[in-house]
Amino acid sequence: MIITSGLTLFSIGLGAATILSVAGRLLYVKEDPRITRIEEALPGANCGGCGFPGCSGAAAAIVANKASASVCIVADAETNGVVAAIMGQEVVEREPELAMCDCTGGQRATDTFYYEGAFDCRAAHQLYGGSKSCPSGCLGFGTCVRACSFNAIHMGPDGLPVIDYDECKGCGSCVDVCPRGVIGVVGMTARLLHLNQTTDCLAPCQQKCPAQIDIPKYISQIKMGDLDGAVATIRERNPLLVICSRVCPRPCETQCRRQHVDEPVGINMLKRFVADRELRSGVRLPIPCAKDTGKKIAVIGGGPAGLSCAYFLRRLGHHPTIFDAMPELGGQTRYGIPEYRLPKADLDWEIQGILDLGISVKVNTKFGVDFTLETLKEEGFDATFLGIGAWQASGMYAEGEDLDGVMGGIEFLTAHALGQKPAIGDHVIVVGGGNTAIDAARTCIRLGAEVTLMYRRTRTEMPADMEEIVGAEEEGVQFEFLAAPARVIGDENGRATHLEYYEMELGEPDNSGRRRPVKKEGSEKRMAASLIIPAIGQKPDLSCLYEEGDEESCPLETTRWQTILANEDTFETAIPGIFTAGDVYTGPDLVVSAIGDGRKAARSIHYYITQGEIPIPDATQRDMIPHTLFKEINNVERKDRAVLSHLCHGDERNCTFNEVEGPLSEAEARAEADRCLRCGLVCYDETIDQQEYREKKNI
Amino acid sequence: MQEYFLLFMGAMFVNNIVLAQYLGNCPFIGTSKESGVAVGMGGAVVFVAVMAAAITWLVQRYILLPFGLDYLQTLAFILVIASLVQFVEMFLKKMIPALYKSLGIFLPLITTNCAVMGIALICQREEMDLLTTVLFAFASGMGFMIALILLAGIREKLAVRRLPMAMRGTPIGLVLAGLMSLAFFAFKGMI
Repeated sequence: MIITSGLTLFSIGLGAATILSVAGRLLYVKEDPRITRIEEALPGANCGGCGFPGCSGAAAAIVANKASASVCIVADAETNGVVAAIMGQEVVEREPELAMCDCTGGQRATDTFYYEGAFDCRAAHQLYGGSKSCPSGCLGFGTCVRACSFNAIHMGPDGLPVIDYDECKGCGSCVDVCPRGVIGVVGMTARLLHLNQTTDCLAPCQQKCPAQIDIPKYISQIKMGDLDGAVATIRERNPLLVICSRVCPRPCETQCRRQHVDEPVGINMLKRFVADRELRSGVRLPIPCAKDTGKKIAVIGGGPAGLSCAYFLRRLGHHPTIFDAMPELGGQTRYGIPEYRLPKADLDWEIQGILDLGISVKVNTKFGVDFTLETLKEEGFDATFLGIGAWQASGMYAEGEDLDGVMGGIEFLTAHALGQKPAIGDHVIVVGGGNTAIDAARTCIRLGAEVTLMYRRTRTEMPADMEEIVGAEEEGVQFEFLAAPARVIGDENGRATHLEYYEMELGEPDNSGRRRPVKKEGSEKRMAASLIIPAIGQKPDLSCLYEEGDEESCPLETTRWQTILANEDTFETAIPGIFTAGDVYTGPDLVVSAIGDGRKAARSIHYYITQGEIPIPDATQRDMIPHTLFKEINNVERKDRAVLSHLCHGDERNCTFNEVEGPLSEAEARAEADRCLRCGLVCYDETIDQQEYREKKNI
Repeated sequence: MQEYFLLFMGAMFVNNIVLAQYLGNCPFIGTSKESGVAVGMGGAVVFVAVMAAAITWLVQRYILLPFGLDYLQTLAFILVIASLVQFVEMFLKKMIPALYKSLGIFLPLITTNCAVMGIALICQREEMDLLTTVLFAFASGMGFMIALILLAGIREKLAVRRLPMAMRGTPIGLVLAGLMSLAFFAFKGMI
């Protein structure tokens, strides 16, 4: 019986085996041998991070050309190399990408209701948009933590996901499950190209900053002692931090929520602190650049807009060449801002750092004379950036303003910066109320003249920065308010000797909200002057764009303010491939606006030369987001704002061009950074613990 | 006709292969996390169960019984079903690639599936004829598929619910299977 059973089973088995082997022959499906080889090379984790069913699925997809050789997110460079070799492909290095969480709120954002039920962000989000008051902040149920195949995420004490960058493979599983878009997988290129989105966690200061610097991040890095990291954070948006930290009028601080508690955080002082620390350390921090693309871009104008554009293009891997008409780069920051506000040595250091990234420079090359848009194209430039600034001083519209002894504000400052020592005499009249007027006045004071600053409105309406006005007053500049120039009176040699002016009074407010000055008839007075400096305004000099005398031949569309017309999002002009930004596009504006727009133009150029199309996301932030401008701030302890020390005092200041304001010390900077409320969209750090507070006060 | 209808309903609901006979619990828990996977697995079971029941019926009838070897039934069936699944896999891959794509990855799992084996053995124990066997196998397979899809639907909902740590995953799956089993017990009184 045993023999029979054995034999029977043996013969059934044999029969099945025969059928199978015959079938195997007949039904053989020719499979690419590379699939097996690739499957062997892959790590075999079957994690699904690549989006295919297991490693064999990924292997089949690679062979079918549906996925790249580096599709496996677990594999190291070596494995990718082996896979690519099997596919007969070359291995190129990919920019590392890691998950980032942009929410700073977490549990800090108030609960709108207590969530009893599914502990899952997606489920919670579907129910009235989640339990948190912030419309796009983290819900904190940790769905991303469960989604991560590599245990690279855990929930931190603030109720925010904390990403372990040693474990993160940048697979994006967390991004897929997050209903709020809090987590994103980004590399350096994506970060440099990112425009503020209304769905981002944007503190009001970051919304206001024309350069879109991640202000809360660098302040918290300073607080934590990561000063190099703070510099890197600023450099992702603003390459000219030494310059900006000295001359920026700080639009960000006007939006600082802290002003509703005591005073705004000294954001720019903190920038100055980290910028100066690097400047004085003697060691430049490395600035990473993307892989070379071999694309050439001509950047016309080496001012803040041009430098910013060239810097971002270089970091994106392109090869910009800066052309500048002046002997040295820097534009208005070099020739328009006096030494006592921005030392030239520091400016040189900053510009050199940008050029060291691999940017070519041609100075003393005037656009329209030494080269034109056509010659640039012939030389093989893939795109052109036009940032020639606004160098033409507006006139006073007063009779006799072309006499000797009348010199435009920017003209005067440039001549002084070039060391031409313009003759100023002993009594200078500066006309205008902006920063250029004050700069000219304070420069003249330092050159030993008596200075009167004439402005047609009053001190409160002056557009110059308050510190500058105070500085000028302290240094002895005389102010003549409510006075407008009528005509310049010259002597027989054609040299100006007096300025005749009207007295004014303030009337109804105009479009800009300032009260319009009205002339008092018959109030003419005269004031003697050895030099008259009208610093009323500037406009771009577009004569380089058209043939002499023929404005019709200008290839670009211009506005009635003599600025170039361009798309306000992409900065592309009427001619494809030619982009613009800075004062030539906006008219005279802040350095930081030129830097920010220079970056946006660089972004457009990057997309233009790599994809041909420039995407502008719908959620791009343009105006301040209303619900983030909350004014009620509770439970925050009052702390004094830091004060910048003065490096030189009193009379000494009037005869030296040395810098006036000094930097913060490290302890002061930490204390100032600690004042930051780390605002998100609707939440902020409360510094007083309610429980403790009540116990202390015995409530 | 009524007879076949009763057989059909009985196999599908009353004597549900997984919820009443407790066969094939392994894939029942293992592949019931997503409804897409559950449909694929269920389809594969229906397909293989019908094939296996028919072949084993022939083996029993023309090989084992004539030679008085029916005591080797279990062993012989294992051999036959395993070879059959392998064969079907190769056949589908070559001839019907579309069907292979949707069922392919589940076929190897069924090689040792006791639901398929159980269906074949029940047919022999009840001494059904070939037509009844095929119908019964189809209905039982359908029963398995229904149970699987129902469970997957519940588990998908449950995946986002708050659960005690110890109950997450398989434990709650088993509890659910038990409750479903009790619910299906109600069909007992129907026939």
